Amino acid sequence: MSNAASRRPADLQADAARLAARVAAARSGQWRPLPRISSKALRWSLNAAVLVYLVLVYYSVDINWARVAQGLDRALNFIGSFFTPDFVSRGGEIVVGLRESLTMSVVATVLGIALAIPVGLGGARNIAPRPVYFLCRGIIALSRTFQELIIAILFVAMFGFGPLAGVFTLAFATIGFMAKLLAEDIEDAQREPMEAIRATGASWWQWIVWSVQPQVMPRLIGLSLYRLDINFRESAVIGIVGAGGIGATLNTSINRYDYDTSAAVLLLIIGIVLLSEYFSGYVRRWTA
Amino acid sequence: MLTINALTKRYDTGDLALDHVTLSVPAGQVLALIGPSGAGKSTLIRCVNRLVEPTSGSIVLDGADITRVRGKALREARRQIGMIFQSYALVERLSVMENVLSGRLGSVGFWRSWFRRFPEADVRQAITLLERVGLETMLDKRGDALSGGQKQRVGIARALMQNPKLLLVDEPTASLDPKTSRQIMRLICELCAEQHLATIINIHDVALAQQFVHRVVGLRAGAVVYDGPPEGLTPEILTTIYGEEDWNATRREAEEGADADAGKVENALLGGHP
Repeated sequence: MSNAASRRPADLQADAARLAARVAAARSGQWRPLPRISSKALRWSLNAAVLVYLVLVYYSVDINWARVAQGLDRALNFIGSFFTPDFVSRGGEIVVGLRESLTMSVVATVLGIALAIPVGLGGARNIAPRPVYFLCRGIIALSRTFQELIIAILFVAMFGFGPLAGVFTLAFATIGFMAKLLAEDIEDAQREPMEAIRATGASWWQWIVWSVQPQVMPRLIGLSLYRLDINFRESAVIGIVGAGGIGATLNTSINRYDYDTSAAVLLLIIGIVLLSEYFSGYVRRWTA
Repeated sequence: MLTINALTKRYDTGDLALDHVTLSVPAGQVLALIGPSGAGKSTLIRCVNRLVEPTSGSIVLDGADITRVRGKALREARRQIGMIFQSYALVERLSVMENVLSGRLGSVGFWRSWFRRFPEADVRQAITLLERVGLETMLDKRGDALSGGQKQRVGIARALMQNPKLLLVDEPTASLDPKTSRQIMRLICELCAEQHLATIINIHDVALAQQFVHRVVGLRAGAVVYDGPPEGLTPEILTTIYGEEDWNATRREAEEGADADAGKVENALLGGHP
């Protein structure tokens, strides 16, 4: 984008000459799109940098093919245990773990979304005053910076072992995820209906409920179900650091070298994620 | 050039949008399609290039029946039919030149278009069309940097890039101011005369249509209720098409418009544009 106001007359003249040359070239059938990066030197040095990087990467990665061949065998053994899953001998523990995980995910999702909605509203540039915008974007950035595992370690230290730490971990991660996507959806909402509702003399909350909410609702519902699904999967991971749920069961079985039980747990997780995938597709079609 | 025979469209919802429409448009003729909202104007022109599938009847373009063609034959039929849209329908993130050249996509292979290596003849035609619509210096501007009237001119150039035999124009002036509307209508009619194209224009503004076109077809509830010269649109006929209203005001406006317009035909095109 050329900024006409700030350019010197000589530059403007050069621009005009360049344009005339392009029109003349097109008249004789020659046309190439303008390059995305206008400086030739910058363009070629970027190309060269990418090339150099690829070469360095090639020489720096040290692949031991003999080790890969060995490892392939072990991986096949691990996959083999999936064909002999043992749901029964630790059945009680699996059921308790699953129930705990599901409870954790639902509670954390509801709590996280309830907190994410105000943060998302505040984080949308087109409806929030500047200071609120920066505050909310700060909260979002903070929540998104740390991986669930790290937050879980912190909360386990704070609240002790068990599902309470897990719920807080997942709720905290949900805030960043949902608020960011909600804010971006609000920023993409159509301006005209928002203007029209404001023109009716509606209050701020009426304005949100009547013009913003109808536009973002289908996506909000879809994302909530997606987040529920993520939270369930994450509950299996954070269980490993002591935040309760099916992850704890999984971790115990791995520590006991009881891979058949681990396989059973993993299969159950896959099944539940699949179910939730179908369910969310159905709900989204129904609420569109 | 275009012959439509007993064309009928019933939507899945059961609404009858077109009811045995029979129409024939010779090359070089500009036909205005008028009628109230929901009369089926949009459905009719979208049936012609098969953006909407007709339920029954036939569409014959230049001797070839295109009612049921599929795949490559359908693409070739569409290549021969240029379309101009109400809201311009430019790809706004592409440059003006790219938008115009996109009219050749039906004739240029995928990789050629991917690397923007259009044949020299196409580039020459594109710049000639841009000069014709007065926008050659905008060739590197992005679509979203243009005003409404300029966007519509690019839309016209894109449609003509297809070297069409038939031009379908859907409410070309509905989003434009009165002066720009006239410029655009005049441009479309001049280009059709120059290139000897059959043209169907959907239009709400009866006075504007009367000023520029050769023939008017009135649709009501999916059926043709008037087919004749623009002068034949009497208040009685307009009432048949649209329902009861005081039509004398509209007609006066059209006559005044025609008088005022006679003086300044040519220069408006290249002249002061917002």
